[in-house]
Amino acid sequence: MGQAGEGGLGRERIGVFVCHCGRNIAATVDVKKVVEKIMEHPAVVHAEDYDYMCSRPGQELIERAIEEKRLTGVVVAACSPSLHETTFRETVERAGLNPYKCEIANIREQCSWVHEEVDKATEKAIRVIRGVVEKVIRNEELKPVEVGLHKKALVIGGGIAGIRAALDIANAGYQVILVEKKPTIGGHMAQLAETFPTLDCAQCILTPLMSEVANHPNIKLLTLSEVIDVEGYVGNFHVKIRKNPRYVDPEKCNLCDNCTKVCPVTVPSEFDEGLSLRKAIYIPFPQAVPSSYLIDPEACLGMNPVICGKCAEPDVCTPGAINFHDQPEIIEEDVGVIIVATGYELYKPENLSEYGADKYPDIITSLQFERLLSPNGPTGGIPRRPSDEKIPKRIAFIHCAGSRDEKHVPYCSHICCTYCTKHGLLFKELVPDAEVYSFYIDLRTVGKNYEDFLRRAQEEAGIQFIRGKVSKIYEEDGVVKILAVDTLLNRRIEVEVDMAVLALPMVPADGIEELASKMRIQIDNNGFLQELHPKLHPVESATPGIFLAGAAQSPKDIQDTVAQASAAASKALEILSQDKISHTPIVATVNRDLCSGCRLCLSACPYGAIEMVDGRAEVNEIICEGCGACVSTCPSRAISLRNFTYEQLDAMIEAVAGGI
Amino acid sequence: MSEEFEPRIIAFLCRWCGYAGADMAGTSRLKYPPTIVPIRVPCTGRIEMEQVLKALKRSDGVLIAGCHTPGDCHYVRGNFQCFKRIALLKKLLRQMGINPSRIRLEWISATEGRKFARVVREFTEELKELGPLRRVE
Repeated sequence: MGQAGEGGLGRERIGVFVCHCGRNIAATVDVKKVVEKIMEHPAVVHAEDYDYMCSRPGQELIERAIEEKRLTGVVVAACSPSLHETTFRETVERAGLNPYKCEIANIREQCSWVHEEVDKATEKAIRVIRGVVEKVIRNEELKPVEVGLHKKALVIGGGIAGIRAALDIANAGYQVILVEKKPTIGGHMAQLAETFPTLDCAQCILTPLMSEVANHPNIKLLTLSEVIDVEGYVGNFHVKIRKNPRYVDPEKCNLCDNCTKVCPVTVPSEFDEGLSLRKAIYIPFPQAVPSSYLIDPEACLGMNPVICGKCAEPDVCTPGAINFHDQPEIIEEDVGVIIVATGYELYKPENLSEYGADKYPDIITSLQFERLLSPNGPTGGIPRRPSDEKIPKRIAFIHCAGSRDEKHVPYCSHICCTYCTKHGLLFKELVPDAEVYSFYIDLRTVGKNYEDFLRRAQEEAGIQFIRGKVSKIYEEDGVVKILAVDTLLNRRIEVEVDMAVLALPMVPADGIEELASKMRIQIDNNGFLQELHPKLHPVESATPGIFLAGAAQSPKDIQDTVAQASAAASKALEILSQDKISHTPIVATVNRDLCSGCRLCLSACPYGAIEMVDGRAEVNEIICEGCGACVSTCPSRAISLRNFTYEQLDAMIEAVAGGI
Repeated sequence: MSEEFEPRIIAFLCRWCGYAGADMAGTSRLKYPPTIVPIRVPCTGRIEMEQVLKALKRSDGVLIAGCHTPGDCHYVRGNFQCFKRIALLKKLLRQMGINPSRIRLEWISATEGRKFARVVREFTEELKELGPLRRVE
């Protein structure tokens, strides 16, 4: 070996600190042997092991060694760098070392936790550490690049998550652009009747927040709008938003409702989940924000003025708010942070044809049932079944109608057990002599005070909970028949009811994949947005400056959604409250003497960070994200990625492959 | 070859997906053979052919794991760049008389710990079949 003596690297004095992580590492990796072996490396002047390197005494041990042994670089062999890289870089900085002279060798997640034989795991740990030692030896001392930022936030999605996050940021004194795809904010929560476990009316707690958004001087609300492009990086995102035409000027519309009286077109109402009809000119619901009617261009006949245009007659729309020539608009904004709160949709009933919601009128979805229970719903809060408008006397709630089912969605939708319980309780209150059945796989009413809520339903309200998976539901002569297996009694049962309500899975909102790819954030196995780390960074995405809130990240109830929205807002404010933000110094650099000016790197760079200056490539350090695509493209080896150079990679390959 | 043969695999793992997927395998305590030594890279697009060959020279097989194509690459399209290079490199290996399956490119997301463990198990078995790569010094 002895390469440490070459190329001016001989002065490097590296310290290696091997963590036991209790028994997490030490049970599978012989840490004493690792220390002994790594000391053989010519550049390693100090090596030691300790129970918990990330603890205060562990960090002090590193600081002391840096001072006493005059270390020039540190390798901490411990857990994954995604956990404590920042921790240990701060540690070495306190002892006067440049933070970029500290690297992590992962001997837990990728070694001790996945292997069983001690000698082999130990050998692997030594190889991994040797590789990282070679990297640290060649790491440059770097300083983060400081840049200014736009003190403005973009919140995507105007449901309860987006509303809460936007209000938190706006109340802290920063500008917010709130973008909502639909004509009104409020999301699914606006459709709900009452909310568990307190049975507060959803509208009563939501609509004040909606009007606060409408009136907030720091919030710019864009409805019927979609984010179509995101460029840039934390602090300096440039976004393009398409605002679709409303055809009604919200400034002029006075909500007189004359227009709907003359409109000849009726279509199913989205807000009532198809249980009522609306006109082609409509307001989604009376408390909608912005408080204005709009025209559905797909349904309206007036887009061709020869055919219709009744609503725009001066004696109908007296303020003259209707404009058939309204055009889509592209709005460009510069923001510092983005919160993605695009929410959920229900799994499509037609995907679950064995349960019949797409074929039979009295087999409905849970959101439709919310509308039936809602005082502003199609039946005025009296639950009538769609086929004959009779009040059902027997009703069944089907939990897990597609959730926890490999054929549909494998995950638990988290809120269904509790809302089915709520539906049962509310229905019993309205129809006290009704028979109520709840079919479940497991009852998962997890949350503060939810257990009491469940007990009330089981013991006081007399709802019959049947543990069993439903195999088929169909309607015959006005009777809904449910075939199931009671798994506690281990027998097949058939239950006849007047109406069945399906708790369909929560799935991510349509178009989330496209949006995620524009923002370079990841999607998990189930299609939800992936957080950076489930425990340490639950609201951060993998892209710095982009945060996640609500059901877009995973199915969750209103309580958790609001908590997460406020958490995402506070993380966003952490960035907005700074005057400068630092950008990674791990960027590409060009050796002008070697650059031939071939321009291949220009097309390799996904960020447009490279430009030609006097016939040679030059990297804009603020735009460069440090991916290295240009480095591997350059035929002259003129571009190098800082702290990830050819020499480093070569030395690492050599070190991990060498004999033990 | 004797049954004792344990292949050595050098793995280039992109920090956002492949490396995070390997971390996930650890967090889930999934077991796989200790044949693999990982090197964390910013993006699979950073890896050039020459360094894959260098790694192959010092091992029996090289694994490269990055973000799923098309849209998952944290740096937009580094995974594509890598895909094209590896396809070319495999052709080159064939001409050199080296079995191209000694280089394995996989798309493994941050949540696919199970896939990472499976790939290492499979690749190890495959390399055991192929036997050691004779190195010419």
